[in-house]
Amino acid sequence: MNPLVFTLKVTPPQRLDLSPLLPHRLAGKSSKDIAAIDLATTREKLAVGDLFRIRAGSAEEIRFEVGSERFDGVGQGLQQGRLVVAGDVGVNAGRKMTGGELVIFGNAGPYAGSAMAGGRLEIIGDAGDFLAAPREGEIHGMTGGLLVLRGTAGQRAGDRLRRGTILIEGDAGDWLGSRLIAGTLIVLGRSGVSPGYLMRRGTIVLAKPPALSPTFVDCGTFASAFAAVFGRFLLAESRGAARLFRAPLRRFAGDMAVLGKGEIFVPA
Amino acid sequence: MRAMIKNGVRVDETFAEAFPMRGTALTITAPSKRWARQAAVTMTGFATSVIGCGCEASIDCEVEPRDTPDGRPGVRVLIFAMSSKDLQTQLVNRVGQCVLTSPGSACFADLRSEEELKLGDLLRYFGDGWQISKKFGDRHFWRIPVMDGEFLCEATTGLTKAAVGGGNLLILGTDYEKTLRAAEAAVDAMNEVRDAIMPFPGGIVRSGSKVGSKYKALHASTNDAFCPSLKGGVATELDDDIGCVLEIVIDGLTEAAVADAMRAGLAAIVKLGSRNGASRVSAGNYGGKLGPFHFHLKDLLP
Repeated sequence: MNPLVFTLKVTPPQRLDLSPLLPHRLAGKSSKDIAAIDLATTREKLAVGDLFRIRAGSAEEIRFEVGSERFDGVGQGLQQGRLVVAGDVGVNAGRKMTGGELVIFGNAGPYAGSAMAGGRLEIIGDAGDFLAAPREGEIHGMTGGLLVLRGTAGQRAGDRLRRGTILIEGDAGDWLGSRLIAGTLIVLGRSGVSPGYLMRRGTIVLAKPPALSPTFVDCGTFASAFAAVFGRFLLAESRGAARLFRAPLRRFAGDMAVLGKGEIFVPA
Repeated sequence: MRAMIKNGVRVDETFAEAFPMRGTALTITAPSKRWARQAAVTMTGFATSVIGCGCEASIDCEVEPRDTPDGRPGVRVLIFAMSSKDLQTQLVNRVGQCVLTSPGSACFADLRSEEELKLGDLLRYFGDGWQISKKFGDRHFWRIPVMDGEFLCEATTGLTKAAVGGGNLLILGTDYEKTLRAAEAAVDAMNEVRDAIMPFPGGIVRSGSKVGSKYKALHASTNDAFCPSLKGGVATELDDDIGCVLEIVIDGLTEAAVADAMRAGLAAIVKLGSRNGASRVSAGNYGGKLGPFHFHLKDLLP
């Protein structure tokens, strides 16, 4: 089946809310129905048909041929199927997604993968601050699934991560994995100050760690079948991550300022 | 009872009667083949028969490092019991006492199914609060700190209710040497069959039993009809030329696995022939009324 394709005709005159354009919400709808869906975030009405040329196809896979920094909420609430953006997106990409796959070939704004609970989110470019983090007033960040970021992340990536795996192949900003509850966060590039700030449980693996906060205590190296298993799982996603897990790792427990049952692994 | 003769071996026209069981499979890994095997051997020790051991368990096969979840040498073990509850109890006790304790070990589920048994989900409490839960996709593991590092254990393992226990071959020969040789050849061939185990010592049992006993306290007793020393005095099943009988009991995760194992064993016995091995092959049953699975020897002959 051919995918359902949206091609941007004009530069969006305002920020857009693209969250209605999901496989499970478009299944069975005609192009005419889809063209009438409102994407506006201001008082000015703006429908799909005003912005996009639609090429009909199966809604199981949706493609945006052109991206824009004004595309907010892309894949927000994704449950199934596949959604691909050939360019940049704005805030909240893949927020609260529970299944399916979202691939962004450009850069993503802040809160990409915010509070995602399942499925797979891959960002080929860079991501803004608060990757996978909770929004204002929410208790948990990401609670499941796999988030792969090929580029760099802004500050506070993985804030309040509770379950699932985040893999950042590029660099990460300051306070990576702040207030982490559980889950796994891997960074292959450099990371900024204070990774794991106030983390309770969970695992952070840093290939090029900065100086850790004194509230992380050295536990040395030990034989760990876990690293080997996780490395093998990640092999299909990232050769770099698999390589990181193959080498001996040194464990720092923390953050001792709070519960202290979390850990940061660094190459031994 | 008519017999088919293959390479001098008389094959009785009879069948093995087998029963439904609950089963599961694990892969145990360790830093070396020696220690993977040690953990598996210890875990499957004293597990010959549900009658006295609570479960039946043995090694299915060795697993190459490239095929194990952690890339270390592994051993696959199967464990069977009559009820899901018994299986759960035996599984956790055995993994807890024999695998958790074994140097460098890790324990993985090796059977996927809808229904599950708890594994790491119960053993994690050994961690006294320091245990760490790790999920990736649909796999869930527990990391339990131990004195040589960490014990990694999958949270659950699959449970099959389609397992079959009690497939068997009776190997009858003129003397001890030939009978044992035939039984060993059969076990060697059956060990190649996946999803099936022979839980008795080295796969072979010399004390086959019948149902009931003259003593009230016992439910089973020696199978006098197959004891050569009683041949003259009881309603014997043995011919004049038979001086020794050995049995192989098979448990499998599926009916097909039991049949395949019996087929492989029969082929090995027939190949060895009567000159060097068994004179006759039979199978144990209860008239076909107790167990729903009947493995007819004539259907399994090469």
